[in-house]
Amino acid sequence: MKIGVLALQGAFIEHINMLKALGAAPVEIRQKADLAPDFSGLVLPGGESTVMSLLLHKLGLFEPLRTAIIGGLPTFGTCAGLILLAQHFNVLDVAVNRHGFGRQINSFSEYGDFAGLGQTPMVFIRGPYITEVGDDVKILARAKDKIVAVQQNNILGVAFHPELTDDSKVHEYFLKKTIDK
Amino acid sequence: MIDMRLAEMLKGGVIMDVMTPEQAKIAEAAGACAVMALERIPADIRAAGGVSRMSDPAMIKEIQRAVTIPVMAKVRIGHFVEAKILQAIEIDYIDESEVLTPADDSFHIDKTQFKIPFVCGAKDLGEALRRIQEGASMIRTKGEAGTGDVVQAVRHMRKMTGQIRELTVKSPDELYDTAKQLAVPYELVKNVAQNGKLPVVMFSAGGVATPADAALMMSLGAEGVFVGSGIFKSGDPAKRAAAIVQAVTNYKDAKILAEVSEDLGEAMVGINEQEIKLLMAERGQ
Repeated sequence: MKIGVLALQGAFIEHINMLKALGAAPVEIRQKADLAPDFSGLVLPGGESTVMSLLLHKLGLFEPLRTAIIGGLPTFGTCAGLILLAQHFNVLDVAVNRHGFGRQINSFSEYGDFAGLGQTPMVFIRGPYITEVGDDVKILARAKDKIVAVQQNNILGVAFHPELTDDSKVHEYFLKKTIDK
Repeated sequence: MIDMRLAEMLKGGVIMDVMTPEQAKIAEAAGACAVMALERIPADIRAAGGVSRMSDPAMIKEIQRAVTIPVMAKVRIGHFVEAKILQAIEIDYIDESEVLTPADDSFHIDKTQFKIPFVCGAKDLGEALRRIQEGASMIRTKGEAGTGDVVQAVRHMRKMTGQIRELTVKSPDELYDTAKQLAVPYELVKNVAQNGKLPVVMFSAGGVATPADAALMMSLGAEGVFVGSGIFKSGDPAKRAAAIVQAVTNYKDAKILAEVSEDLGEAMVGINEQEIKLLMAERGQ
């Protein structure tokens, strides 16, 4: 299963390693030539959303990826990836507070239930949270009483970093519930 | 340790030195993944001489207000009080830096005592591992800041990656000896030998002036690049900054590198290594 992983900036290697461990075939997307019609899914990693958004436009990746996501390509965004989905691609019907959990000194990690799958480690690094969700959006997890994981049809958005932990539950959820549903 | 993972988010990015909120905004708009707030960029520190210290917290706070990306700032080697001050204003990252005048000629800061993560410079594997043992969660080369000459950053990166490769083929008894020689714990040496890389993120710093320089450092194994004087000492900072950001993402694609290298205006003038009186890299071993 070929999964495109946006590799413009940020923590994309961790996603690639986790996807490989789960038997998928991740492919780095650094420019237009890397886009393939046979992607089964797309991952938007953590990093700086301002940097990724700028590079998406400069490299001519923004429109093709937006079209693919709207066309139903299963897409998984973590942290900055969630912000790209909500505020840049405008494909996820949620309102996000970008550094809702504060600066680096307030970064934290805790365990919480994810989509009824049990206790899942959630690492927040200058993390955002979701303040409002649209009617089609399913809430999958909360932390400190804030919404931190949602799904809207083919789109999975989480405010934390499952790729930085040893627990691949959220990635498995993406592969099984979003792609093979 | 999990709080320290901010460095992972900076990977594949460019961290730019800025002196004013306006420069910070230019850097952010050009695609910097973080900015380093300082009163004088290294080229000016070098020109001015004298003792160079932590920047005014008021100036750093103005920069924090100007941008949404992480803000870093420098403290003198060993000056743990400057570090406490930066922690108090909630800086995102502290650079214990040889670019400032060292405050302690024997001891580095015990970085394990801070909530804010630290980046430190290193010329070779021994220095890198000693800083990691002290609590640094990010390492950068100690290329000669403020010169626009990339030769030292290249030398440090080559040395470090070469030493790491050597470790990967050593036997356990040889690794014990290496640990002894580098003055670091065996477990740390074993970790590097097993993984073939440092246990923390490694950036390049010092002397990067062009997109080609940045791509060179990425090709040699850097996971991202610091650019100091190279941007705001050049003719067209916004354009050069954006070009360096693109060069880091697509460092393997010479066509893109050629495109972004066009018409950047004048690069910083630069000083050759042989013309330098003060070698900052020799500060703090």
